[in-house]
Amino acid sequence: MTDDAWFAGLDPADRETAAGRIREGGADSPADWPAMAVETGFAADEGDYYDCLREATIDAARAAVEEREGAVDQQLVHAVRAMDDCRRQANELAERVAEWGSSRFESGGTGVEYARELTERDPETLGDRRAVSLARRVVALDEEADALKEYVETTTPEVAPNLAALAGPVLAARLLSLAGGLESLAKKPSGTVQVLGAEDALFAHLRGDAPSPKHGIIYTHDAVRGTRPDDRGSAARALAGKLSIAARIDHYSGDRRPELEAELDDRIATIQARAADDTEAGDDE
Amino acid sequence: MSDLPAGVARRDIDGETGLATQGPPAYGEPTDEAGWRRWNPRRSKLGAMLASGMDTGLTGGETALYLGAAAGTTVSHVADFAGPTYAVEFAPRPVRDLLDVAEERDRLFPLLKDARKPETYAHVVEPVDAIVQDVATRGQAEVALANREFLREDGRLLMAVKARSEDVTADPEVVFDAVVETLSEGYEILERARLEPYHADHLGVVARPR
Ligand SMILES: C[S@@+](CC[C@H](N)C(=O)[O-])C[C@H]1O[C@@H](n2cnc3c(N)ncnc32)[C@H](O)[C@@H]1O
Repeated sequence: MTDDAWFAGLDPADRETAAGRIREGGADSPADWPAMAVETGFAADEGDYYDCLREATIDAARAAVEEREGAVDQQLVHAVRAMDDCRRQANELAERVAEWGSSRFESGGTGVEYARELTERDPETLGDRRAVSLARRVVALDEEADALKEYVETTTPEVAPNLAALAGPVLAARLLSLAGGLESLAKKPSGTVQVLGAEDALFAHLRGDAPSPKHGIIYTHDAVRGTRPDDRGSAARALAGKLSIAARIDHYSGDRRPELEAELDDRIATIQARAADDTEAGDDE
Repeated sequence: MSDLPAGVARRDIDGETGLATQGPPAYGEPTDEAGWRRWNPRRSKLGAMLASGMDTGLTGGETALYLGAAAGTTVSHVADFAGPTYAVEFAPRPVRDLLDVAEERDRLFPLLKDARKPETYAHVVEPVDAIVQDVATRGQAEVALANREFLREDGRLLMAVKARSEDVTADPEVVFDAVVETLSEGYEILERARLEPYHADHLGVVARPR
C-alpha cells in the first residue's frame, strides 16, 4: 500500500519527480498518506508533509495546465488547416491522375474515387507505373485528411466543449483556426466572429466597394444555411452571439452549458418562423 | 437554523450583512479591515446551502475533498475555514486561476484530475471528513459514488445537483429524484433542499456514506 503513495521512495528535495508522481501516479484506494509519510521518514511531521504536498501539487498542476492548454488548441489549428490542405491537394492531384489514367486505361472515373480504382491496376509500362504510383499518393493524402478530421472531431470537444457542441467539431476548429486559438476567439466581439472567414468581403466593404458581409465561415452551419436568404443576416447574428458566449465559457471556465444549444434552437426557430408567417400572410390576400 | 462552521460568520461588509470567511481575497469580493471577505451565496452552491440553513454538519477544521473546483471561488472559502483541502478540477483553463488561489493558501492542494477517475488521485488524497461536490456535468450521482471511498465513515457529502446538466428539457424535480435515487446506492440522504433563490434549478444534498 505504501508503494502506491506519491512519495514512496522519493527524495523530499526532488521537486520534479514529486510533481511527475502527482500527475502520473495512482492507487486503487486512498490511505492515511500523511501518517505514512511521517512513519517512513519522508516528512518530519504532518505539517512538514503538507508543505511538501502543497509544493508538489502546485508544481504538478502548473505543469499540466501549461502542457494541456498551451499546446492543444494550437495543435487543432494546425490540424484543421492540414486537413483542408490534404483534401484540396488530393482533389487537385486526382484531376491530373484522371487525365493521365484515362489516356492509358479505360476512361470514366473522376476524383479520388478514380485514383482509388487505378491503384488496383497492374502497370505494364514505366509510364503506367508512374501514373499508378501517383494515384496511390492521392489516396494516401485523402486518407490522411480523414485521419486529421477524426483527430479534430475527438479533440475539439475536449478543448472547447461548448463551442464544439454548438458549431459541430469541425466548424468549431475552423473558427479557432481563423481566430488563431481559443483565447483570441474568446476575446473577439461576436460581430467579428460573424464574419470570420469573410475577410476579403469585409475589406472590400471597408474600401466602400461592397455591402458588408452578413456571414463568414459560419455560413456552413445549418442555422444559417437552412434559413431563407432574407433572414440569414439575423440567423448569422444570433448564431455568432451564441458561439462567442460558448468560446468565452470554454476559455474562462470550462463549464459545460447545454442550455446554449436549446437557446440557439429557439432563436433560430423564431427567425425561420418569419418565412412561414410571410407565406401565410400572402395566402390571406 | 443550524450553526455555521467555526471560521464562517455573518458579517457586515460594505453595508451589507452576509456570510464571510477570513483569508486572502481571491476574486475581487468585498473585504473588511479585520480580514473577512464576503462569501456570496449567489456565486457558490455551498455558500447557498449554508445561507439557507441546511445542516451541513461542518464544524470547521475538517479535511475536505472538493470536486469541481473551477477557478476556486468556493474552494477558497472552504480552505479558509476547513483543514487540509484537496481541490479536483479537470479543465485546464480554470485551474490557472485556482493556482493563484492555492498560492495564497497553505493547505489547499490543486489537482488537475477527472473526478470520474478517483484512482488517478487516490495516491495523493487521504480519507476526508467532507466531500463537497459541484461538478455540473452529466452523471453527478455517479461522481459522488465513485468518490465515496474517500469519505470517512462519519463524514459528510455536501453536493450541489444541477438539473440542466443531466437533462436540459426534463422537469428539474424529476431529475433530482433520479439523481438522489442513484446516490442512495451508496449514501444515506440526510437532507435535500432547492437552492432557490440563489441558484435556479439546483438541489443541495447532505448525505453520509452507508
Ligand atoms: C459549476 S462549476 C464549479 C464552480 C465552483 N464549484 C465554485 O463554486 O467556485 C463546475 C466545474 O466542474 C468541473 N467538472 C465537470 N466535470 C468534472 C469532472 N469529471 N472532473 C473534475 N471536474 C469536473 C467543470 O470543469 C467546472 O469547472
